[in-house]
Amino acid sequence: MELQINDQTVAIVAEPALPLLWVLRDLLGMTGTKYGCGMALCGACTVLIDGQALRSCVLTLEQAVGKKITTIEGIGATPVGAALQGAWQELNVPQCGYCQAGQIMSAAALLQVKPHPSDADIDAAMSGNICRCGTYTRIRAAIKQAADQGAKP
Amino acid sequence: MIAADESTSPEGLSRRSFLLRLQAMGGLVLVADVLRIAKAAPTDPPKYGAEGMPHGTVDSPLVFLSVGDDGWVTIMVHRSEMGQGVRTGMPLIVAEELEADWAKVRVQQAPADEEKYGSQDTDGSRSTRHFIEPMRRCGAAARMMLEQAAALSWSVPVAEVRALNHEVVHQKTGRKLGYGVLAKRASKLPVPARDSLRLKSPQDFRYLGKGGVALADGHDIVTGQAQYGIDPWFKDMSFAVIARSPVLGGSIKQFDGAAAAASPGVQKVLQMPASIATAEFHILAGVAVIANSTGAAIAGRKLLKIEWEDGANGSYDSDAYHDALHDAARRPGMVVRESGDVDHAFQSSAKSIEAEYYIPHIAHATMEPPAAVARFTDGKCEVWAPTQAPQVTREDVAKHLGITPENVTVHVMLLGGGFGRKSKPDFATEAALLSQAMGRPVKVTWTREDDLHHDFLHTVSVEYLKAGMDADGKVSAWLHRSVAPSLATLFDPKINHEVPPELGMGFINLPFAISNLRLENPEASAHCRVGWFRSVSNIPHAFAIQSFVSELAASANKNHRDYLLELIGPARKIDPRSQQDSWNHGESPERYPVDTGRLRHVIETVTQEAEWGKTLARGRGQGLAAHYSFLSYTAVVVEVQIDDAGRIKIPRVDVAFDCGPQVNPDRIRSQLEGAVIMGISLAMFGEITFKRGRSQQDNFHQYRVTRINEAPTDIRLHLIPATDWSVPLGGVGEPGIPPIAPALCNAIFAATGKRIRRLPIKDQAKRTT
Ligand code: FES
Ligand code: FES
Repeated sequence: MELQINDQTVAIVAEPALPLLWVLRDLLGMTGTKYGCGMALCGACTVLIDGQALRSCVLTLEQAVGKKITTIEGIGATPVGAALQGAWQELNVPQCGYCQAGQIMSAAALLQVKPHPSDADIDAAMSGNICRCGTYTRIRAAIKQAADQGAKP
Repeated sequence: MIAADESTSPEGLSRRSFLLRLQAMGGLVLVADVLRIAKAAPTDPPKYGAEGMPHGTVDSPLVFLSVGDDGWVTIMVHRSEMGQGVRTGMPLIVAEELEADWAKVRVQQAPADEEKYGSQDTDGSRSTRHFIEPMRRCGAAARMMLEQAAALSWSVPVAEVRALNHEVVHQKTGRKLGYGVLAKRASKLPVPARDSLRLKSPQDFRYLGKGGVALADGHDIVTGQAQYGIDPWFKDMSFAVIARSPVLGGSIKQFDGAAAAASPGVQKVLQMPASIATAEFHILAGVAVIANSTGAAIAGRKLLKIEWEDGANGSYDSDAYHDALHDAARRPGMVVRESGDVDHAFQSSAKSIEAEYYIPHIAHATMEPPAAVARFTDGKCEVWAPTQAPQVTREDVAKHLGITPENVTVHVMLLGGGFGRKSKPDFATEAALLSQAMGRPVKVTWTREDDLHHDFLHTVSVEYLKAGMDADGKVSAWLHRSVAPSLATLFDPKINHEVPPELGMGFINLPFAISNLRLENPEASAHCRVGWFRSVSNIPHAFAIQSFVSELAASANKNHRDYLLELIGPARKIDPRSQQDSWNHGESPERYPVDTGRLRHVIETVTQEAEWGKTLARGRGQGLAAHYSFLSYTAVVVEVQIDDAGRIKIPRVDVAFDCGPQVNPDRIRSQLEGAVIMGISLAMFGEITFKRGRSQQDNFHQYRVTRINEAPTDIRLHLIPATDWSVPLGGVGEPGIPPIAPALCNAIFAATGKRIRRLPIKDQAKRTT
């Protein structure tokens, strides 16, 4: 089977039912995408599938075939991704940082459709991503900062 | 309490050899502290701070830093990064004294080697307070060597040269030499003696206490390149998950692994070596499924058929245990502190009030579950682990493999959260054993279910309080019974009292001016793995005491803040020994007394900033709590908004915090922000329950933690500046947690009149009208 990951085509030999998360992490060694729950409860494994934030722990290899997959390793190549990564660093958002790949992916999907999200938009888009360290206030601030920067011509 | 007697434990070890063995294992946070107390002969001069930890401190620049001829400075960090910022803060201290330019500093993580680096146990909120002085000396020594090298190059007296921002300047002539040019010459010079070191004057600090420092790992984290313990990847590696005994002390009666072995991608099904009776950090009995991906291993594990022998803990039931703790709290227990005549004072009090509080088991639920990679070849083992206890990991792995610690290399990876869980390296031992068995690198991943089923949980406790009041509502008598299984049961299951560090976490060292007081600790035994969770016993103690004070104030019809300040009494410095606190966080009682002036000050600050007592709309309320822990002072005001359905919103939290001098204020703020969220999590939802010896929560749908839509949007932090850098540092990582739950429950009381005494809150705020 072939996957389109970060604008590259990769061939995979594995069970069609294997979750994409483990294809990325264990078969390809792309460990930026994290495991946190395996049940679409925490958002640590979030990737973009055709621009939509989805949980790779419950998405099978088979379902990912033919889709455009973007991971944390590739999101910096998009203007929104780069703006988010910049804001995240300027505000020193991460504590342990483990959840932050998933947070940034969810935030990227949000800003693609809502360049100027309200607090309620942020709640709706980000409530599937747990941060056990509790960086939520800075995540909120960083999304707004990235949005403001994106608004500049 | 542990006494150094010769009684024999079930494993046939004498108590003394048990103690010695523990000590040999290296610094187990609290346990090491307990042992120091238990073992110290009266004539030994007490050792405090880092010097009281196994392997103490090292301050040699030859160990911690190098300067390349390209000018890059590499600073070694020997403590574990788990989000508290140690990989930024510790090198910052060295860079400050070195007069290095932070932009030309690289950070490198030290492997486990306490003889070389000093104590590496990253817990107890003590990395910065224990190592600020050694790290300053380390940087200063290197700076003086660079100055010396420059002086030699120019043949001028060293007094004429001065290091400044990555170069040495000859003040008379204005000549300059960069650190890179000087590196080689400096490295050949002797390291200056400790008493000849010139430390920078704090007014010249460029980094310490200032803002604007980027995180050492910030870029790698946001680009997905940061390497956590779960991340190492080798082409030829295998991936394992393990089915472990659901009951502590359980074993395998029989199992059938045929279906699992036939599952796609599965390479092997292996029974883990039998576990050892005492829990310690040993592995649990189990069956490993090893596959070509973690996903395949998880799928294979579902097909295992295992019949367990549960053993003695198979009847552990949280409801029944709650009742047992409740009963124990109603009977007199071991008296751990007493003053005045409490019984008489109760008899002559105008009224008495009692209350009982319950705080359940809490799971760490680090976002990165326990995980490790090991590669065993030729009698040597390399381990990559997210460990808070590198040395313990090294020794435990060696012991289980039957090799010497010198043959084990532990690479300390980033931790995706620690909170005390990753002080216990059972997961690294599992990876090492499986790599040995498979003859190839193996990664062991704990699924979230594994994590919630087999955690070293925060203890469970009942706290019973009773106060007598005079006619003015002033407290004349105070009785507090704290009942909770001790974390020391990991090492000796027979221990049935809280050990000194647990007592010393806000229970025995109650800083109230009450003349008649008795504190008791009835017996309790453990039936699951009890371990330390961020803030440890401060959580139940603060919850009970700070809720109870609010109850007393309400009963006396007094303002809670005024009432709390009156209980604390005038500003004074209390010797912890006068409170029967033999532990004092392992610090000198002279250097670190309990300073009620500082405690009063955070309360006064936070109530002023939060406009305590302001008029609030219906359904809103403010709650206050304050707590002294890890040598720092914290006070919190939580504001809640509760709708008619009883749904709780927390629009605002104010925190006033005094930890003495602040090395990296940004990371102090982030730790407090995180503590607010984690404190709300444990107050609102945190509970692991047991039935038939088994943890009942599987994943985040049953073990809820706070999400962004439930988090306060407005967290206001009020850091109290230290008078100067001579004030000894307090801890930062943990002291933010304990006051959150009581402040939240006190706010709910203010908003609704409903008093919550049993955590978690869940839907208890629902109005019962
Ligand atoms: S690991 Fe996929 S949502 Fe948690
Ligand atoms: S930063 Fe640690 S879980 Fe989010």
